[in-house]
Amino acid sequence: MADLHKLTIAELSEKLAAGECSSVDIINDVLASIDATDDKVGAYLTIDRNSALEQAKAADEARASGSNAPLLGIPVAIKDLLNVKGQPCTCSSKILEGYIAPYDATVITRLRAAGAVLLGRVNMDEFAMGSSTENAALGKTANPWNTDHVPGGSSGGSAACVAADEAIASLGSDTGGSIRQPAAFCGCVGVKPSYGRVSRFGLTAFASSLDQIGPLTKTVKDSAILLEVLCGDDQLDSSSIEMEVPRFGKHLTNDTSLAGMKLGLPQEYFVEGMDPEVEKVVRDAVEHCKSLGAEIIDVSLPHSKYAIAAYYIIATAEASANLARFDGIRYGLRIDGKDPLELYEKTRSAGFGSEVKRRIILGTYVLSSGYYDAYYKRAQKVRTLIRNDFTEAFGQCDAILAPVTPTPAYKLGEKTDDPLKMYLDDILTTPANLAGNCALSLPCGFSSDHLPIGLQIIGDSFAEETILKVGHAYEQTTEWHKRKPVL
Amino acid sequence: MKYEATIGLETHVMQKTASKMFCACKYEYGAAPNTHVCPVCLGYPGALPVMNEKAIELCCKAGILLDCEINPYSKWDRKNYFYPDMAKNYQITQADEPLCIGGHLEVEVEGTLKTFTLERIHQEENAAKNTHVAGASLVDYNRAGTALMEIVSNPCMHSAADALAYLAALKQIMEYGGISDCNPEKGQIRSDVNVSIRPVGQKELGSKVEIKNMNSFAFIQEAIEYEINRQTALLESGGTVVQETRGFDANRGETFSQRTKENAHDYRYFPEPDLMPVKISKEQVEVWRSELPELPAQRRERYVKMLGLSEYDAGVLTAEKATSDWFEQAMQHTKNAKAVSNFVMGEMMRLLSEQELTISESKVTPEKLSEIIALIDAKIISTGAGKQVFEIVFNEGGKPKQIIEEKGMAQVSDDSALDGWADDAIAAHPKPVEEYKAGNTASINFLMGQVMKASRGKANPGAVMKMLKQKLDGC
Repeated sequence: MADLHKLTIAELSEKLAAGECSSVDIINDVLASIDATDDKVGAYLTIDRNSALEQAKAADEARASGSNAPLLGIPVAIKDLLNVKGQPCTCSSKILEGYIAPYDATVITRLRAAGAVLLGRVNMDEFAMGSSTENAALGKTANPWNTDHVPGGSSGGSAACVAADEAIASLGSDTGGSIRQPAAFCGCVGVKPSYGRVSRFGLTAFASSLDQIGPLTKTVKDSAILLEVLCGDDQLDSSSIEMEVPRFGKHLTNDTSLAGMKLGLPQEYFVEGMDPEVEKVVRDAVEHCKSLGAEIIDVSLPHSKYAIAAYYIIATAEASANLARFDGIRYGLRIDGKDPLELYEKTRSAGFGSEVKRRIILGTYVLSSGYYDAYYKRAQKVRTLIRNDFTEAFGQCDAILAPVTPTPAYKLGEKTDDPLKMYLDDILTTPANLAGNCALSLPCGFSSDHLPIGLQIIGDSFAEETILKVGHAYEQTTEWHKRKPVL
Repeated sequence: MKYEATIGLETHVMQKTASKMFCACKYEYGAAPNTHVCPVCLGYPGALPVMNEKAIELCCKAGILLDCEINPYSKWDRKNYFYPDMAKNYQITQADEPLCIGGHLEVEVEGTLKTFTLERIHQEENAAKNTHVAGASLVDYNRAGTALMEIVSNPCMHSAADALAYLAALKQIMEYGGISDCNPEKGQIRSDVNVSIRPVGQKELGSKVEIKNMNSFAFIQEAIEYEINRQTALLESGGTVVQETRGFDANRGETFSQRTKENAHDYRYFPEPDLMPVKISKEQVEVWRSELPELPAQRRERYVKMLGLSEYDAGVLTAEKATSDWFEQAMQHTKNAKAVSNFVMGEMMRLLSEQELTISESKVTPEKLSEIIALIDAKIISTGAGKQVFEIVFNEGGKPKQIIEEKGMAQVSDDSALDGWADDAIAAHPKPVEEYKAGNTASINFLMGQVMKASRGKANPGAVMKMLKQKLDGC
């Protein structure tokens, strides 16, 4: 084993181009790594070994005949809510057991066109509802840094497989922090693109106005490379934006100076009850950025405190409709009844987990006649205020620095009895979704328990280049991202 | 106490689009079940709707034809309800910002010109077709997601006659505008009818009863009449009308209760996050307006003023778009509007109804009719022979000229032939000859008929008349 699984997209691309390894070699190393560690991590739900090897062979052949597609021969793990033709797409829910996707999501089409090898499907909170991947009905995932701890969620499998070197990179989705929070908990890089940057076609919807697909990788550079492939207008998604996609990967240079950049620090993001270690590590990271030449200024995002309330109204409202299609009539689980209503009730009662049911009920309630104005409509007004906060802040600074989570990864089972407590953990990530901004998380230190801590860099809508540049400069001048968990 | 009925209609019209409202599947009536489906119209995980621009154009054109205001900013909403005919278990529709606002249409009802006003027209997607068989229900998603617009009238009608006249006019305008074929058998036009009753003079409307989903105009009439009688009888016997949704049982000719107000659905409308709002500029509206064809009322006026047809004839010719279009095509080949009109309203309509055909199935094409008319006008055949030729072509096809030659139908104007027939007629019928000479000039018609009979219809009537007059006046 040549330890190819430990390398990054950028490093492997160089090796592949130089003929130092083949894509088949990479897949073999990654599969061996999965075999060695995934019984402890539990990142994967399904691995299609034969298909992965075939794709790798095809990539090697393509390279031999002159192709140099940007992800040629690079294995990528896929969160189990993206449709890949001919594969299951369970969303880690019993209700989708047996469903085989009849089509490719747009991001999958783009990965294929870029030469990537689709490696397998990774675990998640059921329908992306959760922050610890403990709401998964079909698998259990642990944090590779300490398997007694949660990997975060909902893209827990996506973060854990990258952190454990069971994949080179992965795709996740972020509705309220579902890429950034597990990336922070597992010590990898995760990007939530601006709303509209990446097509949602083929992403099983949780909350349509908030969902975005994004990369989880070992470095900022890798995220930039992957993001470039994922982004772009799509005729199949009306919310995708017609806008040229910058060469994110190419534009990242070795220049680590942040001179001339203004980075905002929102006081509202250092919340009460925040773990002092997290606060210290993040403030150190801010100081580090200052040492790279950035000017640090105070900014205010005064409506952030309402973000959680607004988020859990809007997201659940949309989810209550989005999940209505899982009814046992056309695909997935069906438990028969004497009439359609009984069939629905039985199927959905058995098929959905308790968190999903809780959110469907909540969403149904806030949209109900007589409550709409008090909840949904007001939440939309709050959303506008939060968006205005960011617009004002980005009038003063180029990007915002903040923690990702109030604490490092907590223990498995620690918060499962208290959903509200878990909701509150999303306080620092949901505002970017409500505003449609881009944001990333990257490793910026460790707790005394050796658990990773993440730095969040939030950018204006479609300012991905700015946050990647700041993240890359930070990463180039620090060593946190080089640490590996011992499994 | 006297009661009056108030009626409002919600009419669903399926637009003539090549593909469905939010996906590329085509709609084909009668296709094998579930053959025009895709992840979008089947509500598969991750599938997203994409707006059909042609449907928006057709909906706005319908609005322009009905004098609506075209909303510069309209948006989409989700209407939530669980039923197997709706794959996503929500319907994409327009709740508070429809494409077209207001509008009206003028219709003659039993001799009185009435104006019926509209509340709105909004765009939405159609549901799938459910068929219930013994022990099971079958769902055909071919129709699911097809473009459907809902034309909502104000509660401005007061009788079944009003409602039928309104619907007929609406159907005619939709057909003329190329918006929809409006074939009731194919479910392309369906209506929900709201009926309430109040004492004459009372301001507030009575409790509204909605009768759902009827396609046949005859059933709509029956249902309204039944409902007016039922509600009136209820009130007269001291009862009250409950606000509810009712169905119409066509076999019994009765409405029956389906759902009361207490059990009404809460559709939990909210803005559809998967679609962007629709913005329509004034310029776009003007472009659409300029593309619209002439409406029946305009055509009628033109037929009377420019072509010299009677009001009655113009009305008959424009009643159906297909007939009027056929007439227009014939007018491309001839200037004799009166003759085309007579043939269409006479021979054509008689033969079509006898053989239960539509005008598009007629073997007499507009070109062939104009050829027949040209032959009559050139006095090559008589009008009677023209009718015979028409019927032959209608039944068997073929070219009018060839038929005339083969059957020897060309009329005879040759004096020597006419001379013999005229002499025979005068010799054989002395009584009418005497009457004519005594001043009863109409008697010449009898003699004329005798000559025509002798010539087996081939004699040129003008020439016969001239010759008879010469002979009789000369003696």
